[in-house]
Amino acid sequence: MTDIYLDNNATTKVDPAVVDVMIPYFLEQYGNPSSIHKFADGVARGLKQARQQVQALIGCEHDSEIIFTSCGTESNSTAILSAIKAQPNKKEIITTTVEHPAILSLCDYLEKEGYTIHRMPVDKAGRLNLESYKKLLSDQVAIVSVMWANNETGTIFPVVEMAALANAAGVMFHTDAVQAVGKIPMMLQDTKIDMLSLSGHKLHAPKGIGVLYLRRGTRYRPLLRGGHQERGRRAGTENTASIVGLGKACELALSHIEYENTKVKAMRDRLERGITEQIPHCFVTGDMYNRLPNTTDIAFEYIEGESILMLLNKAGIAASSGSACTSGSLEPSHVMRAMDIPYTAAHGTIRFSFSRYNTMHEVDEVLKVMPGIVATLRKLSPYWEGDGPVANPEQAFAPTYS
Amino acid sequence: MWDYSDKVKEHFFNPKNAGAVVDANATGEVGSISCGDALRLTLKVDDESEVILEAGFQTFGCGSAIASSSVLTEIIKGMTLDEALKVTNQDIADHLEGLPPEKMHCSVMGREALQAAIANYRGEEWKDDHEEGALICKCFAIDAVMIEEMVWANKLRTVEDVTNFTKAGGGCAACHEDIEAILEKVLAEKGEKFDPTAAPVEAPAKIAAVKAPLTNLQRIKKIEEVLESLRPSLMADGGDVELVEVIGNTAYVNMTGACNGCQMAAMTIAGIQQRLMEVMGEFIKVVPASEMKKLVNIEVA
Repeated sequence: MTDIYLDNNATTKVDPAVVDVMIPYFLEQYGNPSSIHKFADGVARGLKQARQQVQALIGCEHDSEIIFTSCGTESNSTAILSAIKAQPNKKEIITTTVEHPAILSLCDYLEKEGYTIHRMPVDKAGRLNLESYKKLLSDQVAIVSVMWANNETGTIFPVVEMAALANAAGVMFHTDAVQAVGKIPMMLQDTKIDMLSLSGHKLHAPKGIGVLYLRRGTRYRPLLRGGHQERGRRAGTENTASIVGLGKACELALSHIEYENTKVKAMRDRLERGITEQIPHCFVTGDMYNRLPNTTDIAFEYIEGESILMLLNKAGIAASSGSACTSGSLEPSHVMRAMDIPYTAAHGTIRFSFSRYNTMHEVDEVLKVMPGIVATLRKLSPYWEGDGPVANPEQAFAPTYS
Repeated sequence: MWDYSDKVKEHFFNPKNAGAVVDANATGEVGSISCGDALRLTLKVDDESEVILEAGFQTFGCGSAIASSSVLTEIIKGMTLDEALKVTNQDIADHLEGLPPEKMHCSVMGREALQAAIANYRGEEWKDDHEEGALICKCFAIDAVMIEEMVWANKLRTVEDVTNFTKAGGGCAACHEDIEAILEKVLAEKGEKFDPTAAPVEAPAKIAAVKAPLTNLQRIKKIEEVLESLRPSLMADGGDVELVEVIGNTAYVNMTGACNGCQMAAMTIAGIQQRLMEVMGEFIKVVPASEMKKLVNIEVA
């Protein structure tokens, strides 16, 4: 059996068609796009085409609203730091407790610098309360930054509605959309979203290329100053091959968006149903009815995620976990804690994330091994006895914690 | 994925003594809050001789937690309780051919379960004596709680102080921002302000840096001098270092005591090498003496 890759929210395989369009930019058209000779001849045109391909995927009004960056994290940092530099009198930021560390760590840092950070909580299904959001909006808020879709659970936030509310209150709105772009349709020109981050390697482009969408007219301060590249909004010689690759990847994503929401979704649903039907004491986390089509995050109670991943890996299956152990951090994933998932389940969460490269056959292979893996580990668990959890697991096993 | 040794994988994929011992007369239940891991160790102890006849484990935890539990049961079977009490978490890690620094607490959990089970057998109450915090220094596996305690106890004021007292920050230096944050926090609690330019509380013994080139004899003397200055911090961990041979720019050393076989030895050697190069002003390679014979043989051949 060949290895099965179900970790596409972590990163994706580069599409061979993307690699093909990139190669000439390494070997032939390697000139600096700013140069005036034949080695740079087609480069500027290549970049322009890529800009338009990105524009088409996210549905923005102008291709000049696309700023190429080095990654999603750079786009996120640029957006937030730009908003606070451009509006030095506003000292508050609104975000959520379940954002990616690219946003949360930056906000923690800004908090130390004296900013007030409003981190909106989520309910047990990972949803936000828009009523409390409205109350937070004020003329003191420099920017709202809310992810479009959660990387762990796939839960989609109502960013279009939230951007409109922010806009009405005169507040800038940014969304970290690295998990959403290419998986769900979007038309930015019909929204009030001011800034959006996306990352190439999540949609079959290479790592090391990202985009910041910046709505025309949004007040902006660059993170990197230097050259005139990207109209002076992001200095540094363009990563031409990757930009062209990202353009191609966006074109492919746009043409597969229906496939993603039908065929890919069907694979995800089959896996999810198969697992939850066959395996007792497991449940899907996040908002079941409002999710990315490619993601399922399942909590297996009374066992730990890294152990599950190691046994999956041995069976040739790649997935990921919200367990503390896989990250080397102290706590299980902040997303699981935010949803109030009990520790004994939060440590056992496994995320399966699909792409158009997966097949139904692979789903069946995973379904064959998953019950055995869970049963093996439960046999070792102090919370488990025979065919089920011990009665009152929390009382029956209450270790001295250090 | 973690870089687990083959031994860890062996014990994870084929755990020994999984499950509770029937008719156990000693039980230890401990957890490590840092990982959410928890372990129940059950023993059958011969009342006459106090020999551990059987040991079984039930673990909720990651690969290295399960492997640590499994290898622990193998180590202690056949030991008397007094012998078993001498088993350290380092022994557990050594039997597993090392654990990643982030995972050392899994071996600590094993040792604690053993202590708890023996206390349970003897009708004593077992109390955990250590608290674990977020891992700050990955080079030397030092956590936040340890650094905070040392800052409080020794009135530390600078990152250099923290490195001198705990080794934290003495390797790759990437955690210096985190150490500064701890200093800021603790000093604020004491009503002081962190000043990055403050003089260290206790200046480390200064060794005059030398200008290369050195004669081989000068080089050996200088290396000895540097090792001497590092010795106190190694001995604080129950280890030591011994210079065996110097060939050209390569220094062969023996890590002894607790350093011997410690999975942090490679990291410690890198730290020693860094210090030597700073003082000597020339490239010095520090190599475990165990690798010396091989190299000499090749030269002879």
